[in-house]
Amino acid sequence: MPKVKLPRKGSHVDMTAMCDVAFLLLTFFMLATKFKPQEPVVIRTPASTSTMPIPNDYILLSLSKDGKVFFSIDNLNVREELITEISTAKGLNLNAQQIKAFKEGGSIGVPFNKLPSYLSLTPAQRNEYDKTAPGIPTDTTDSYDTNELAYWIKTARYANAKLRIAIKADGDAKYPEIQKVIATLGHQKVFRFNFITDGKGVPPGSALAQELATPKAK
Amino acid sequence: MADMEVKGGKGSPRVDLTPMVDLGFLLITFFMFTTTMSKPKTMEIQMPFKDDLMKDTDKSKVKESTAMTILLSKDHRIYYYYGIGSDPTKPPELKVTGFKDLDGIRDAIIAKKKEVQGLISGGQLEADDKLTIMVKPAENSTTDDLINVLDEMTINAVPIYAVVDITPVDLEFIAATEKANGIQ
Repeated sequence: MPKVKLPRKGSHVDMTAMCDVAFLLLTFFMLATKFKPQEPVVIRTPASTSTMPIPNDYILLSLSKDGKVFFSIDNLNVREELITEISTAKGLNLNAQQIKAFKEGGSIGVPFNKLPSYLSLTPAQRNEYDKTAPGIPTDTTDSYDTNELAYWIKTARYANAKLRIAIKADGDAKYPEIQKVIATLGHQKVFRFNFITDGKGVPPGSALAQELATPKAK
Repeated sequence: MADMEVKGGKGSPRVDLTPMVDLGFLLITFFMFTTTMSKPKTMEIQMPFKDDLMKDTDKSKVKESTAMTILLSKDHRIYYYYGIGSDPTKPPELKVTGFKDLDGIRDAIIAKKKEVQGLISGGQLEADDKLTIMVKPAENSTTDDLINVLDEMTINAVPIYAVVDITPVDLEFIAATEKANGIQ
């Protein structure tokens, strides 16, 4: 092998370009990070071994410890369509500012008749109000007059049929409360939905642990 | 080092950017992890299809020997019995347990699963018969109980399970067992 003598380069590499890239990515991730939305009440979710991620487009139904139901959707376009529809159908006559407040707000936990006054509050006042909010009236019937949750779900799914349902229920909520939500979903022919849960370790030696240990056959 | 000092002595304006890049990448890693981790985990459940117009002949039948009924009661107590408890002349024998590692509901499910497998290999049941568990939460149980018991179904790979409404008969079973054991 003939020796090829390369010219000796300096051991210092210019870091400026790398630094630029690093901070560009940093800016991207900082902006792309979605922070947790403001929650109306504190909910302690039960734990499960399931690791399924939350579906992309979903309706979030929160159930507090004392059985109050809150309704929320991520998608801003659906939110706008939903509130416009509700405003006309229920004769609420919401103005543009109230519609904007709903669109940019978080979970809703008030009956229809209190919605206009609730949406007129400032965001800080709304957060304060949410702590004592009555929740959306819910029962096990399919009547849209008494079961307002059914109306919210129906209208939201009318705006976007692909919406999945995620339930964030407090572990200490009594079964009849969660049963109301499940029965309401049943009347809307929703039989498959997701419970938001905390992570929990898989017990060793169980059937699930064995299933996870065996590599999946292609 | 000596090399740098010589350069520095010449008054070069160059700054070493390596620590800054390090910091940049450290923060990127942090943000990358937080973005993916913040997505909550969910448990998917499928409720039995219910329609008021459904005919009785369309409803699925559960064989007594493949069935197990789990009743959720207050204070995270669980009552269970093997079978569907539909025969009024032969009330099932209720056992009480809880969510615990030893002799809990998990061991009861595993025992029933083995029993069904034994019956299939023994020829008393057909090969496509599967263990079916019915979960009946009482009004004084909590969401925790429901999620935990459904999680046990996943943990023990129970082929068929459903959450159904509790019947007055089941409530009587619970009341009778509580009375017999002196539980308030």
